[in-house]
Amino acid sequence: MSGGLHFVVCASLVPDPLQTLEPVMGPSGPSLKNETMLPAVLDPWAAHALYESAALVKKIAGSRLTLVTLGPKAKVQQVMMTAGQKVAFEFVAVDGSASGFTESMETAAALAEAIRALPNLEMNRLVLAGGWESASRGAGTTLQIVGEMLGIRDQFQGVDEFHVEADGSLKILERLEGGRYQVSRCPSPPVVIGWATGTLPEPPNNPQIGMMNMRAVMPALQRAKTVAVGAQGVRFVAAELPKQKRETRVVKDASPQDIAREIVEWIRGRS
Amino acid sequence: MAEKLLLIIPVEADGSMPKVAWETVGAVRSLAEAMQCSFDVGLWGQDVLPAARALARCGAARFLAVQGDDFAQARYATDAAASEALARASQATMILAPSTSRTNRIIGGVAYRLGGRADTHAASIQLVDGRLQLTRWYYRQRIMVVLEREHRPWLIALEQGAGAPWAGEPADVTLEWVTAAAGDTERRTQFEAIQQPPADQQTIRPDAELLFVAGAGWTKKQRDGQVHVEEADQIIREFLRKSGASLGGTKSIVDQAGEGGAVLSCMSHMNQVGQTGSTPRHPKGLATCCHGEEPHVVGWRFINERRAVNLDPNCGWAHGKADVLYVADAFEVMRKVNELLS
Repeated sequence: MSGGLHFVVCASLVPDPLQTLEPVMGPSGPSLKNETMLPAVLDPWAAHALYESAALVKKIAGSRLTLVTLGPKAKVQQVMMTAGQKVAFEFVAVDGSASGFTESMETAAALAEAIRALPNLEMNRLVLAGGWESASRGAGTTLQIVGEMLGIRDQFQGVDEFHVEADGSLKILERLEGGRYQVSRCPSPPVVIGWATGTLPEPPNNPQIGMMNMRAVMPALQRAKTVAVGAQGVRFVAAELPKQKRETRVVKDASPQDIAREIVEWIRGRS
Repeated sequence: MAEKLLLIIPVEADGSMPKVAWETVGAVRSLAEAMQCSFDVGLWGQDVLPAARALARCGAARFLAVQGDDFAQARYATDAAASEALARASQATMILAPSTSRTNRIIGGVAYRLGGRADTHAASIQLVDGRLQLTRWYYRQRIMVVLEREHRPWLIALEQGAGAPWAGEPADVTLEWVTAAAGDTERRTQFEAIQQPPADQQTIRPDAELLFVAGAGWTKKQRDGQVHVEEADQIIREFLRKSGASLGGTKSIVDQAGEGGAVLSCMSHMNQVGQTGSTPRHPKGLATCCHGEEPHVVGWRFINERRAVNLDPNCGWAHGKADVLYVADAFEVMRKVNELLS
């Protein structure tokens, strides 16, 4: 493809999945207990979008990659110390809440505004990417809305494969129920690609890439526009951890034969 | 404010509706009854008549339909256009849909077009003291939230289990045809194919009674100091074949493929459950060689009966998350299970 593609990846921050999360209700709605203290990571599915897009940039001559992140500046800086070592990107930060208890419409508006302001944005080269769902709100609606706000009507979600064919058309595999894929073809950008896990592993840390990225990340953080992202029109009635706790029966000294028999009885609905 | 409900359902190319749609019909009927309001049904697809006839006695006030070859297959532009047109024709304040890959892909975009708001993965919606309250999970099934919204229209994708499935005899029905945009812009993307693994290699079975989850322990060194990946693969495949179970995997085991580690041939990222995978719904779940950290537990949120086989008696599963924890070698146990299932 002459001129290449412009991959714009939207990615936010979420608490490290290994952290214990506890909701607390405040006057403006729920938040996470000690939220500012929790270590954060790049949202996992959005991180896949970043790695897959970076690999495509290497394959398609003349392409570029921009990471657009919405989150509190200090947290973004902390996350970029590691995420920034994976792949090379241009960087735009928007300073605002990354909480899951915000509205996707408000998040999308902030992201769309940042994308519209990107220098040299050409819609006919744009591949707007991100995770198909976040690990915070988990609604899978933000990217759709950003796409709509930018006038992009060719959208794909749960994507594991994205190929640029010899004629410049785009071949996309989206996840369906039951382990199936839908294969679609779109003649050209702009498109929205909500990535699932893709096919690539997480790239190893590369300190040289990290140094290069951080030279752009720090000024971008200083320039970051502050936006108010909340949940207007929503009243949170409750936010709580699941209460159910099971009485676990621990079977320690049974033979494999006896355990197998018990499991088979259970599978067959007899115990 | 007087509410008006619309239930939107995509009709597949073969005329069928997704299984969860029948539960959504049940949920919408209950909601309409509680709110003492009417509801419309909106269908779109290549040929919606069989589905409309199947729903004829569900109690809908009107049956709206968008039909044509352009709406046969899932495609964002045409699916969104059809949903938008149905919503505008109905003038509904609340638009509900079964949660499927097809509806979840468009509902946010459609909400934007209608000036409304959307909630997906809703576990339930109910009237409490005259107020509509929706329940859904945040932070990957770790925090349960109940919320109310001022914005209308309110678009909601209801998950499996949100209502009792409705059943009724087919009957003739009068359809009101609605026109949706399907011009060159909407038809840019072309459907090519549905890819699915051969039946004997299909390991993801959403309708299975049992979810079998394999952890990274299957690919680690065993008591003899060796790894036995091929044997693990064979044991798991045999179990899936004999039990009809669906296969899930932890992040650590599915990531091994990308990290050059020992790989189970039956396992891909599609099988991953947990914090960064899926949260499937099955009546029973059996975990083997898994640890019990929170991301894994998250993948089991909607499994009713849970058992685990693990060598570690202090595994996280022993602390209130499984019904039974068998402290044993999964290789030995599952070999015996396969024998007994023969």
